[in-house]
Order: sequence, then structure tokens, then C-alpha cells
Amino acid sequence: MSQRDTTCLVVDDSAVIRKVARRIIEEIGFLVSEAEDGANALEVCAEAMPDVILLDWNMPNKDGYAFLQELRRTEAGLKPKVIFCTTENDVGAIARALRAGADEYIMKPFDRDILTAKLEQVGVSARLDA
Amino acid sequence: MTDLDFEYLRGYIKQRSGLALTAEKRYLVESRLSPLCRRFGAASLHDLIGKLKTPHDKVLERTVVEAMTTNETFFFRDRLPFDLFRDTILPEALARNAGRRKLRIWCAAASTGQEPYSIAMLLQEAGARLSGWQVDILATDISLDVLEKARLGIYSQFEVQRGLPVQWLLKHFTQTGDQWQISPSLRAMVEYRPFNLLHGFEALGQFDVIFCRNVLIYFDAPTKSDILTRFGTSLAPGGALLLGAAETVIGLTDKLIPDAKHRGVYGHAPARPPALRAAVG
Repeated sequence: MSQRDTTCLVVDDSAVIRKVARRIIEEIGFLVSEAEDGANALEVCAEAMPDVILLDWNMPNKDGYAFLQELRRTEAGLKPKVIFCTTENDVGAIARALRAGADEYIMKPFDRDILTAKLEQVGVSARLDA
Repeated sequence: MTDLDFEYLRGYIKQRSGLALTAEKRYLVESRLSPLCRRFGAASLHDLIGKLKTPHDKVLERTVVEAMTTNETFFFRDRLPFDLFRDTILPEALARNAGRRKLRIWCAAASTGQEPYSIAMLLQEAGARLSGWQVDILATDISLDVLEKARLGIYSQFEVQRGLPVQWLLKHFTQTGDQWQISPSLRAMVEYRPFNLLHGFEALGQFDVIFCRNVLIYFDAPTKSDILTRFGTSLAPGGALLLGAAETVIGLTDKLIPDAKHRGVYGHAPARPPALRAAVG
């Protein structure tokens, strides 16, 4: 069976966070796309659904929660693994994100080790069966 | 630190913990022991090593040895060994011990507790299958400091992010400020005890499963051989020893052999027939 590169969408309103995340995820071997908020992320997903989404929670113009609810309503939107990222570790917020359809949770700032571990945990590697 | 100081330390650490410090670990010795100088009133590493030679300060002795141990660990480290434990090793042990309904597990280098608690979580998730069973998890480590942390079961955000599924974080931990504490029921499942792997295992009894992952890599071949052979005696019939991915029993003991189907898992070598034993001597 042939294989292809795994695609990851980084959704964050901070250009700095997107840049850092892109560098780490590209080093791991994923193809990376970016979106600056939830609305932009839905547009990117409509064009090409990624395999995994690294999703910021607090964003203007459709936050992570609203994006995830909308994404998970569509059949194609059930496919990506979603790791949501916050700067807080509030139990209520984590539980709410899981109910909305997130697969994992990561607190910012994160490093390569943690991100790699989380990607493994949700079962995605740099190459997937095509 | 002079060459003689380093040689003295190498012997000192090896004798007390089994850790084999190669010449290229000199930087590690300096970086880990230098911070101890002020605490023990030593002007330099040379001075600190001089104090070690006066064998009356047990705290200094313990602190120096513990400073050289590596305590890297995280929940469900490498994942595969824990999947194997849940899906194969545990069901087989339950079938084997169904008569006496007792299961004993040993984490031989428990560090700060993530490994024994990972096992405890899997056992708790097994639920009804273990109802009526006596399950012992013995978690040992040479370092008193890491065992103290393990007993408390309090972890930072960084520690719970490494390997622990978020659903289990919410299920088994309570948030206390910036940290997370594992549930009292899981803490109660694990018995922590200081233990040096160079010492005899007899008093610990036999175990159905022994986890000793990423520990032997720090020992030289004779020490590995000795420990593995003694694990062979501590392992109950049909039991499983789990080592780290870079570790093996091959060429080190004839008591244990790799599990043909599962990488990183080792069991008893079959007993040689009497005739062959006699022939071999």
C-alpha cells in the first residue's frame, strides 16, 4: 500500500505560535497548513480536510469551541484528530472541549517532545496509508 | 575535578548503585555534583569528593548516588509495553492464577511513580475482571527523593501532558492549583519501597510481572547479567519481564529468553532436559 505525508492544520490567532508549531510539526515530518481563526480554519478544511488539527481555544472571529462544533457536524469533519491548545489547565474547559469533539489536550507553551507524544497518542504518524 | 577524583567517583557510584560511568560521562558528573558543593560546605568538587572519602556522612553518600541516577519517566512511556500488558500479559496471568486469585507486579525502578500508576490505571480499568483478586504492585527505586514524590502522586502540567490520555487525566486526577494529584484509590494500589537492585531479591518474593525498563542500560555487562539472572529467580512460572527497547537478556543470562511474539518481553528459558544438562555439565 502506498503512503502519503500526513497533513496538519495549525489554528491560532498568534502568528508567533503558528510559526513555532509549524517548525516543530514540519520537523516531525508533517505537511503543515495554517489558519488564523475558526472561520479561516473552516475554509481551509472545506478545501482539503487535514488529518490532524492543532486548535487554539481562545480566538476572535469564531473560537476553537465554535469551530469544533461546526466541524464535527459534517461527516468529513469527523475524520481529523483534534488536539486543542490553551494557556490554562481548567478542568471545566478541558471537559467542555472533549464534549465538543476534541481528542486530546495540550497546554501552551509546548515543545517537540510533548507534541510528538500527543500526536502518537491520537494515533497519527508522519506517514499514513494513502 | 582531577582524573583521580573522577576515577574515585566512578568506583564509588558503581559500588553503591551499579551505575557505570564511562569517561564521556565526566561532564555529567560535574554538572550534577557541582550544585551539591554549597549544600555540603565543600569549596570545590575535589573538596566534596574528599568528604566522601570520610565515610560518616550517610546523607552525603545517598545524595551523591541519587544525583547520578536518571529519573526520566512519563505515563505510559513507549505505549506498546502497556498495550501488551493490558491485552496479553494481564489476561494470561489472570488465567494462570485463577485458582489463587493473586497477582504480584514489581516496578523495579519506579522513579517518580508514572510507571506504577500507569499499571494501576490499567488494572483499575480492567474492573470486574479483577474483582475478588489480591493485586500487589510493588514499586521500588534507589532514590528516596523520587519515591517521596511518587507517594504523593502530584504531577505538573508538563508531566501529565507526556503520555497520559486526557480522558484519564480527568478521570483519575484532581486539579490542585497548577498541579494534578492522582486519585487516593490509585495511590493505595501501589506500595513504594526504597530498594537497591544490587541487593538480594529473595525477601521481595516472586512476581508475575516485572517491569524494569530503561534501567539496565546504565549498568555494565556483569551487573546486567547478575540482575537479569536474579530476575529469572524472582519471576513466577509463566511470568513476564519487560525491559526497555534498547535492552535485552541475550548474551547476559540463560535463565530468560525473549518472547517470540512480543518485543521487549522476556520469560523463563525452558529447562534443559536432564540428559543434556549432564552432558553439558
